[in-house]
Amino acid sequence: MCPCEVVSPSPSPDTTAFEPGKPSRTKYAAPRNSAPGLYVHVPFCTGKCAYCDFYSLPERTRIPAWIEAVQAEARLFRGLFPRFDTLYLGGGTPSLLGVQELERLLQGLFRKLAFSHSPEITLEANPDDLSPGRLAAYRDMGIRRISLGIQALEDATLNFLGRRHTAPRAEQALIDSLNAGFSSVSVDLIYGIPGQTFKAWKKTLQRVLCFRPHHISCYQLTLSPETPLGKEHRKGRIRLPAEDTLADLFLATSEILRDQGYLHYEVSNFALPGHTSKHNRKYWRRAPYLGLGPAAHSFLAPVRWWNPSSLDTYIRQISSGRSPNEGREVLSREQALLETLCLGFRTSEGVAGRVLAACTDGSQTVQDLEQQGLVARHGNRVVPTCRGMMIADRLPLWFLP
Amino acid sequence: MTPSNIRNFSIIAHIDHGKSTLADRLIQRAGLVSDRDFRDQILDTMDIERERGITIKSQTVTLPYQSRDGEEVRLNLIDTPGHVDFSYEVSRALASCDGVLVLVDAAQGVEAQTLANVYLAMDHDLEIIPVINKIDLPSADVERVREQIESELGLDAAEAVLCSAKEGIGIDEVLEAVVKRIPPPTGRPDLPLSALIFDAHYDPFRGVIICCRVFDGTMRKGDTIRLLSNRSRYRIEEVGFFRLGRDPQEALSAGDVGYLIAGIKNIVDARIGDTVTLDDHPVEKPLPGFREVKPMVFSSIYPMASDDYEDLKDALDKYTLNDAALVFQKDASAALGQGFRCGFLGLLHLEIVQARLEREFGLSLLMTAPSVRYRFHLKSGETIIVDNPQDYPDPTLIEGAEEPFVRASILVPERHLGTVLPLCMDRRGVQPRTAFPTPERVELTVDMPLVEVIYDFYDRLKTVSQGYASVDYEMLDYRPSDLVRLDILVNGERVDALSVIVHQDRAREWALQVCERLKKEIPRHQFKIPIQGAIGGKIIARSTISAFRKDVTAKCYGGDITRKRKLLEKQKKGKKRMKMVGSVMIPQSAFVAALRSEED
Repeated sequence: MCPCEVVSPSPSPDTTAFEPGKPSRTKYAAPRNSAPGLYVHVPFCTGKCAYCDFYSLPERTRIPAWIEAVQAEARLFRGLFPRFDTLYLGGGTPSLLGVQELERLLQGLFRKLAFSHSPEITLEANPDDLSPGRLAAYRDMGIRRISLGIQALEDATLNFLGRRHTAPRAEQALIDSLNAGFSSVSVDLIYGIPGQTFKAWKKTLQRVLCFRPHHISCYQLTLSPETPLGKEHRKGRIRLPAEDTLADLFLATSEILRDQGYLHYEVSNFALPGHTSKHNRKYWRRAPYLGLGPAAHSFLAPVRWWNPSSLDTYIRQISSGRSPNEGREVLSREQALLETLCLGFRTSEGVAGRVLAACTDGSQTVQDLEQQGLVARHGNRVVPTCRGMMIADRLPLWFLP
Repeated sequence: MTPSNIRNFSIIAHIDHGKSTLADRLIQRAGLVSDRDFRDQILDTMDIERERGITIKSQTVTLPYQSRDGEEVRLNLIDTPGHVDFSYEVSRALASCDGVLVLVDAAQGVEAQTLANVYLAMDHDLEIIPVINKIDLPSADVERVREQIESELGLDAAEAVLCSAKEGIGIDEVLEAVVKRIPPPTGRPDLPLSALIFDAHYDPFRGVIICCRVFDGTMRKGDTIRLLSNRSRYRIEEVGFFRLGRDPQEALSAGDVGYLIAGIKNIVDARIGDTVTLDDHPVEKPLPGFREVKPMVFSSIYPMASDDYEDLKDALDKYTLNDAALVFQKDASAALGQGFRCGFLGLLHLEIVQARLEREFGLSLLMTAPSVRYRFHLKSGETIIVDNPQDYPDPTLIEGAEEPFVRASILVPERHLGTVLPLCMDRRGVQPRTAFPTPERVELTVDMPLVEVIYDFYDRLKTVSQGYASVDYEMLDYRPSDLVRLDILVNGERVDALSVIVHQDRAREWALQVCERLKKEIPRHQFKIPIQGAIGGKIIARSTISAFRKDVTAKCYGGDITRKRKLLEKQKKGKKRMKMVGSVMIPQSAFVAALRSEED
C-alpha cells in the first residue's frame, strides 16, 4: 500500500472502524454524550529521563501524602462528572507505587467517584519495575491495560535517552506483560533520535513486532528547551535528523505497522483492531476528562483547568479545601473550533465534513487538500492521509480565517 | 502692545544640539507651564516626534517676557521641522521670523546641518544669534566652538550667548539677546491685511486652525478674509495667540504671530505659504515664496487584513485633515486587494504617515516600493506620466523614457568624502563637483536620479559618514533613462505589489535581492516554490523554496490541549497577516522585507 494513501485499512469508506462490531453510528458520537475519562498524575520518578519535561519528583517518601491529596481532590469532584469509563494512571512512573499503595489509591477513587461497569484502566509502567508477580497483582486489582515505557531496544540509545533499563530487561518486561493476561499491552517507542540510523529504527520496530503487542506508540523525539537533551541541542552538541529524514521515518513507520495489521489511528499511535486507547481518544475527541494530581489537566466543555506543577502547592491547596487549579479557561466558539480541527486532524477519525463546510471557503479547501493528497473523504468525515497526518499542525490553519 | 514690543524668532540647530530642550526652558522661564506639569519636548506633541527626537508638525508659542530694562515684550517662538522633506515648510516658518538663534553644541561644534540652516536663515535676511549650548559638559570646548562660529559660519563669536539648556544656565541671557538683538517687526497695522500662513492644523471641533504671521494690517473676529491663492473667502470666528493652548484675542495686528479660525473645513484649502488678506480691502500682491506642494514619492498602501480597507479609508480621510501634503487615490492589487496610491513629500514623510496611521488608527499596513514620477514618450507621439508600476506602458510602444533628476548638495567633513562619493556614484550620480566652504568641510554637489535619493539614500549617507554628512536637494529636470518594469513571480504568478520601475542597470541587483529576501520570509509550503525576477518574459533572477513535508508535534501532552491550541492561535494570528498569491501564502514580513531598503 502506498504510504500516502488513506491510513485506515477498512474496506468500505464509511467504516473507519476502530472497534469492529459496534454499529458505525456510535463511532463518531458527539463528545458531549461520551463518558468522561479519569486521569491521575503520579509525579514520582527515580530519575529524570534526558528528554522528559513532565513534572516528577524523586522522593518516594511523599507518596502517602500524595495519595491522600488525590483522594481529597477526587472528593471535590464527586457528582460533577457522570460515570467514568476509563482511568489512566500516568506519570511520572506509576509503576513506582507499591502494590499496596496502588491498591489504596484505586480503592479510594472507586469509592469517591462513579465508574461504568467495566472501565478501561491503564497503568504506565517502567520495564525495570515489573515482575510476573507484580503484573499479576496489577491484573487482579482491575488494571486492564499496561503501557510499557520501552522507548528503544538498543542499550546505546536507551543510555542516550537516560533510561534506567536495558534492552533485554525491556524485552523481558514485554513478554511478562503479554503473558499476564491484560486485555491490552502497549509499547512506547521513541525515534528520530540523534545518531539513530534508519536501519536501527527499523530493526527496533521489527523486534517489537515479533511480540505483537496490541498497541504501539511511536513518538518522534521532541526536545523541550528545559530538558537536558534540549539544552545540549541548543548548545549545538547534538543534532536532530533533517526534516526530510524525519518525514521518511514517519512514512516508513506507518507503512511497516500498517502492513502488520495495525491501525494508524493517531499521529503517533498504532493499534490492532479493538485495541485503540479509549482514554487517549477522549483527548482527541474533546470528550470530558478529569485530571487528578499535580500538573494534571481537566476538561469539561467549555472549561479547561489544570493543577499546579508542584506537589507542595498542590497538597497545600487541597488541604485548605480548595480545588487546586492553577489555571482555567473558558473556551470561546472559535477556540473550540480550532481544537476540533487540530485534534481531529491528528486522528484517522478526522473532522466532520459539516464542520469544515461551515468554515470560510471550507469546501473549496477540502477539495484542494484532497487534490494534493493530504485528506480524503470517508462518508461524512474528512480524514487526513498519512501525508496529511504528517502536517496535522498545518491543516487547521487552512480552514481558519 | 506695539510692534516694537514683539520679537519673532526661531531656533535652528543640528540634530541633538538641544533645540527642543532650549525651547522647553524658554517656555518654563516665561511661566507658561508649572514645573510640575512640565514634560520634556513640550512642543513635540506627537509620540513619534518625541521618539525620533524630531519635529514634524511645527508648533508655535507666544511667551510673555519682561526684559531687564523693565520692558514688557511678547516673544513669538516659531518652531520648525528639521528634515529635507519639509524644507518648504521650514522656509515658510523662517519667512515668518525676524531672527533666529543658531544653537551649537559646545562639545560637537558646528555641524553640517548648522551650516545649512545658517545659510537658510541668511537667505531670509534674518538676524542670527549664535548660542553655544551644553557648556556644562566636561567635553565642552567653548573656545574651539567660538573659532568655528567665526571661521565656518562667518558670525561674530564674541556675541555668542553661552548656555546649558539642560541645566537651565544662561536662559535669561538668551532671552535678553532675543529682545536686544532681534529687530522688532516693521509692518503697519493701518495697511491692507497681509498675513503669511506658515502652518495649519485640523481641530475636530473648530476646523482648520491657521498659524500665521501678520506682516501688515489687522484682522478681527467677524472680518471676511480672502486666501489669495484660490480666492476663497471665510469669516473669521476667532483669532489669538498660542500659549500651549489657544488664547483668544480681540485682533491680530502687524507683527503678531498667532492663529485664526474661520470655519475652514478642509486643510488643503489652507495652503502653507499662502497670503491671507481682507476681502473688502485686499492687498494687491501676495507675499513672496508661495509654492504648490507637490508630492515627489509615490507608494501604495494596503491594509494587511483586506477587511480593514474601510478602516484605512477612514483613517486616511481623518489623517489628511491634518496633513495637506499627503494625497491619495484608490488603487487595487491582485495580491493585496484594495488600497490607495499615495503621494508624499519624501521618504521620511512616507514613513511618518505609515507610522501615524498604524499607531493612531491601529492599522497594520503594507506599503509598496516607493516610486517617483516617470515620463514615457510613446511612439504615437504621446507622453504619459507614470508613478505606479501597474501603469508601465506596453514596452513595444515606448519610444523613450525619462526620470527626474535632482541636484544633491552634501556637506561632509573631508575625511568622509572617500566613502560618500562612491555612494553617490553607486546611486547613478553624475557630474560630482566639490567646493570647500571651509577648510575642513567639503560641499559635494552631484546630480542624481530622484529615485536614488529618496530610497534610503539619507540613511546610507548617515551610515557611511558616521552621521556627519547632511544632504539637501533641489529638483533639476527630467533626463533620458533606460527604464524597465521588473516583476517578481512567486510560483509562476506575478505579485503585482512587488513590481517596480527601475533603471535597466539596477534591475538584476534588485531582483536578486528581492528573490533572496522572499526565500527567507515565505514559509515552506507542501510544494516547491520558485521565486523569479523577470523583465517582460525574461527571467533575470531566481531562488527556490523547497517543500516542507512534516509539521506535527509527536505528542499532545497528557490532556494539555491548551498549550497546543495556544501555539496554533499564534500561528493563526500570523496567518491573518498573510496574503494568498495563487496557492502560496506570503506573510506580511515577506512584503516588508522585499520592500525594505538595501542593507539594514
